[in-house]
Amino acid sequence: MNQRVVVTGLGVLAPNGHGLEAFTAALKTGKSGIKHHAHLAEAKFACQVGGIPENVEEIQKRYLTDEELFAMNPNMIYAAIAAIDAWTDAGLKRPVAGDDTVDWDTGAIIGTGIGGIDTIAEKLAPKVDQGKVGRLGSTMVEQIMSSGNSARLSGLLALGNQVTTNSSACNTGTEAVVDAFCRIREGRAVRMLAGGSEGHSKYIWAGFDAMKVLNRTKNDAPTEASRPMSGSAAGFIPGSGAGVLMLESLESALKRGARIYAEVLGGYTNSGGHRMGGSMTAPNPLGVQRCIQGAVAMAGIQPSQIGAINGHLTATFADPIEVANWSKALDLPPAKLPWLHSTKSLIGHALGAAGGIESVTSVLEVHQGFVHGSVNCDDLHPELAPYAARVAHQTFEMPELKVIAKASFGFGDVNGCVIYKKFEG
Amino acid sequence: MEKQAEVMDKVVGILTPFVKNPDALKAISMETSILKDLKVNSARLVDIVLEIEDAFGIAVSDDQADQVKTVGDAVRLIMATGKA
Repeated sequence: MNQRVVVTGLGVLAPNGHGLEAFTAALKTGKSGIKHHAHLAEAKFACQVGGIPENVEEIQKRYLTDEELFAMNPNMIYAAIAAIDAWTDAGLKRPVAGDDTVDWDTGAIIGTGIGGIDTIAEKLAPKVDQGKVGRLGSTMVEQIMSSGNSARLSGLLALGNQVTTNSSACNTGTEAVVDAFCRIREGRAVRMLAGGSEGHSKYIWAGFDAMKVLNRTKNDAPTEASRPMSGSAAGFIPGSGAGVLMLESLESALKRGARIYAEVLGGYTNSGGHRMGGSMTAPNPLGVQRCIQGAVAMAGIQPSQIGAINGHLTATFADPIEVANWSKALDLPPAKLPWLHSTKSLIGHALGAAGGIESVTSVLEVHQGFVHGSVNCDDLHPELAPYAARVAHQTFEMPELKVIAKASFGFGDVNGCVIYKKFEG
Repeated sequence: MEKQAEVMDKVVGILTPFVKNPDALKAISMETSILKDLKVNSARLVDIVLEIEDAFGIAVSDDQADQVKTVGDAVRLIMATGKA
């Protein structure tokens, strides 16, 4: 007998806001987190704008001790802040020092796309190459291992169920939610923190800049640089931060009187095999459609019940293809497509954190009944003309929004889709 | 050559961020055990030794580091190495 799975907590540290109140306000008012960064200009990046959470040096002191911070890089710090926020938002208390109790029923899947590359590039590699291995200190491994962000959480929250870091490029955060959902559904855990984090290091962003997939045309107008669905889209804008959901069995949530944001009706992940037009960096359209259809089928809903789509929509050439895939997968003509919008227009593409932050966004939207404006696409891409009436340019209240679809389509031709439904008892 | 009290002060300063038992800091003495009393994470002893090396301009061998169990052990090691 499958457990029903609900969302009982949310945590977010985004380039345009920390915490649910600030982040929700930023979404609603169209506040961009994209800024010009001098260190990118100094390093001769073509794209010199990006999204980095602000005031983290202050914020982190409220969450982490000096001893903990000593062995944590930004990727891990971002994940910890968002996860602890989701934990406390779910009504749970942080463990007290000296308490040896382990919560065997709660785990975490917090993914990352790149991970601790800044530790490697700034500390590990230089010292090793200088023949100074002995000067590295004890904290390298826990910061550079791919699972660094989730492993640290185990100790911060005394987690006793599965604790792992998944990785599937741009699909990482969404995949984490799907996998956590399945785990609870099968009864292997009662609660799972699920989402993703990504640091802001120039060493992460360099590879994308070199591939020429970043928008280099708006260094003088940062808030206009991230342009999903626009006719003048010229590549994505890199972002960073973390977004974490607390998923919980409905049974447990009801038993402890938890506040329930939404139910996870269904989720699906797959790959396109780099065939039929797919490649390392481009999606196989059939793979995308099968993913969306898989999620919808599991959710047991009609496509027409979906009120809004929080898309992958990064501001590359793939945007119009994605929208066409949604239309085909849902078998809905352009005029009947759910509202289209992209959170990346405000925060950039946060890579491993994208699916996490955008899932938090989707749950906030379906819970409160609004769709945030997808900025910077007034000059809609010509191929999206048939869908013009379905693009949410401005934020609007939508009390009738009951079901929202969130999907990510990542490098590697990997896909993920989750269907959330407003919980009304 | 720094006096023992000054060296101990510096050592306590280096240890403080790693101490998980703040109460033990208040009663700290030469006999205080770094692992047992101050509850420092044993993995971080490596980092503490590195900081001591940098702060006092000395080199500490792995064998010497292994002998340091108390605050006093660290202070005596520093003072002995400095003289050599």
